Amino acid sequence: MPVYLDHAATTPLSAPALAALTTELSRSGNPSSLHGSGRRARMVVEDSRETLAVAAGAHPSEVIFTSGGTEADNLAVKGLYWARRAEDPRRRRILCSAIEHPAVQDTVEWLAKHEDAQITWLPVDTDGTLSLDALQSELDDDPGSIALITVMWANNEVGTIQPIEMISAAGARYGIPVHSDAVQAFGSLPVSFTASGLATMAVSGHKIGGPVGVGALFVGRAVKLTPVQHGGGQERDIRSGTLDTAGIAAFAAAAAHVTGGLAEESMRIAELRDQLINMVEASVPEAVLRGHHTLRLPGNAHFTFPGCEGDSLLFLLDLVGVECSTGSACTAGVPRPSHVLLAMGLTEAEARGAQRFSLGHTSCAQDVEALGAALPEAYRRARQAGMANHASTIQTAGTGFRS
Amino acid sequence: MKVLAAMSGGVDSAVAAARAVEAGHDVVGVHLALSRMPGTLRTGSRGCCTIEDSRDAWRACDILGIPYYVWDFSERFKEDVVDDFIAEYAAGRTPNPCMRCNERIKFAALLEKALALGFDAVCTGHYAKVIEDGEGNRELHRAADWAKDQSYVLGVLTHEQLKHSMFPLAETPSKAEVRAEAERRGLSVANKPDSHDICFIPDGDTRGWLAERIDMAEGAIVDTDGEQVGTHPGANAFTVGQRRGLKLGTPADDGKPRFVLEIRPKENKVVVGPERMLAVDQLRGIKVSWAGLPIDQVVNGGEFECMAQVRAHGDPVDAVAWMEDGGEGQAELVVRLNEPMRGVAPGQTVVLYQGTRVLGQATLDSARSMERPELQPTH
Repeated sequence: MPVYLDHAATTPLSAPALAALTTELSRSGNPSSLHGSGRRARMVVEDSRETLAVAAGAHPSEVIFTSGGTEADNLAVKGLYWARRAEDPRRRRILCSAIEHPAVQDTVEWLAKHEDAQITWLPVDTDGTLSLDALQSELDDDPGSIALITVMWANNEVGTIQPIEMISAAGARYGIPVHSDAVQAFGSLPVSFTASGLATMAVSGHKIGGPVGVGALFVGRAVKLTPVQHGGGQERDIRSGTLDTAGIAAFAAAAAHVTGGLAEESMRIAELRDQLINMVEASVPEAVLRGHHTLRLPGNAHFTFPGCEGDSLLFLLDLVGVECSTGSACTAGVPRPSHVLLAMGLTEAEARGAQRFSLGHTSCAQDVEALGAALPEAYRRARQAGMANHASTIQTAGTGFRS
Repeated sequence: MKVLAAMSGGVDSAVAAARAVEAGHDVVGVHLALSRMPGTLRTGSRGCCTIEDSRDAWRACDILGIPYYVWDFSERFKEDVVDDFIAEYAAGRTPNPCMRCNERIKFAALLEKALALGFDAVCTGHYAKVIEDGEGNRELHRAADWAKDQSYVLGVLTHEQLKHSMFPLAETPSKAEVRAEAERRGLSVANKPDSHDICFIPDGDTRGWLAERIDMAEGAIVDTDGEQVGTHPGANAFTVGQRRGLKLGTPADDGKPRFVLEIRPKENKVVVGPERMLAVDQLRGIKVSWAGLPIDQVVNGGEFECMAQVRAHGDPVDAVAWMEDGGEGQAELVVRLNEPMRGVAPGQTVVLYQGTRVLGQATLDSARSMERPELQPTH
């Protein structure tokens, strides 16, 4: 069995989620059908909606089930932008943190390219915390031109937790809706949609022990969203598509399970994480912990390792069965310096040495020990391999080979 | 051995990796990301560099049951291959980017990283053979299938590079055999088309691509007497031996087609003339390297008999070669051809053979024309 230190990418299914999933997969019925099978499926969906609402501190009617976090983010950002612009055509600005997940960042950039949106990137400090002063000065500048604000609850790469309630309060003073991608926060931190003051909030099933392919967008009762995909209007006329009863039941079961024991479990994981951080710092003193040192996700430990490529380190650890990540999403597996680390002020060379270790419900002390056993040798070799952009030291015909 | 299989996503590298696995080596597949902005799907005859190619390589590794990674060499590739390609054309020379990629990326940057990470060798799908003598010295030879033989583009490899190179397709009788083997092994790339264009020029329009990157100014096309016979949109996009694209309105006196004989980048002139004037009988090369032991340990005496080849699938010509001191510690290779060659351009690589064995190579700096001995080197 590999040592799995990549819970931020996806988590193994929790036992209650697996039970709910298999039970529902063996049944049939479209929750929108009006007969007995349909009503039975509908009941499962509505039970799940209530369960999820309780888990996230929301009202059941605020839950819009989606196919995952990415769809939820798209629906929120595009839906808010279009609805707000329809009310007042001056509202074209989107205030967006510089460290968003691609599900938000790419969506915002698409709106700029195709829908005349203007993006204002909100800066973060060296810990990856959003600058409230920068937000305030943008709000003071021309609030009437702002369509929405979007800031993630906790960062997926470096784990830094954002002051979400202060951000949504700042937006609320000007009547500007705030969206937050809470995909990493939900299930790791106490999250209350109602208390947060957010207009919309995105969550995902498979980051909390649920299955891949299901997520939700919490949408405040008074919030107007323009739909992104059109069809039967199953979810509050905002989201169309047949509801995935089995996925929804499993997601809700995972949410109930993880939020039920959150206080103890997050403490257990945070202790493990601190052991991991101490171990890394002891065995590789050159490593630099990134992200906020205290206001961070309990399962996140993110480091940059000077003088080596994150993908070399990943390869060497994978070779001995330790699974982790360079932290940033990539196309075709091509590693690029993370926009999050660059926004935090790191150089490209520093950012290339990134490695994220993320813990979750299956993590234990042996995992940390296994990493500790493998890391020093992996780092030594990765450093030897050096940086991808350095000139090769192998003498070739063109570099001064003498006969 | 721990072997890194460089996987382009094509059938050759997939079968090469399969053979390395079957030979009992501990193999890991690596796809080289060479472009910062890879295209999504393969187009035309490009054989690599798109996400689809990366996926093909990945699927081949799945079938072989070996791990797969993508390593980013885009920055090195840009500097060592793409920028070099542009600079060479800008200087009026005709480079071979595939050779440059073998020299500087696959068997340098990649090899170095592989060795540092604990591998013993880099394996590719090239058709060429490495032979070891009793004392552990490596020799590079032509592949069994001369029609597919790629020893020319590997001729630039040094002894150090050959020590860690593995070419499992060496003895394959034909490409058809490789495709059949891929089919047998269940590799989905079995029928993938061959690649033959320059991978970083997506539509194959080299001249158009260069025009966007080199300052091109209209200039004169002149004959060997210096008389202007036409105009060109920029001298740098031409290659010695080229016939098409000159757009000369009036025919030559003898009514025969005219060819590019010479490019003078400093004067922005293209010199044209009849085909017979392309004939050269002596080549002079710089940046010399030996594909194995240094030449004085391979041949006796100053002059040695060999065969010279100046392009990937060109016919080799009998020749006599020797080394000269080119000044500043730079050794130069001189190759006297027993029969003339046509269309030899500065910047091309001359690879020397003895039988099937590759002796070494040099970058052509100048060629002596039989009819125009006054021709000056381009540097």
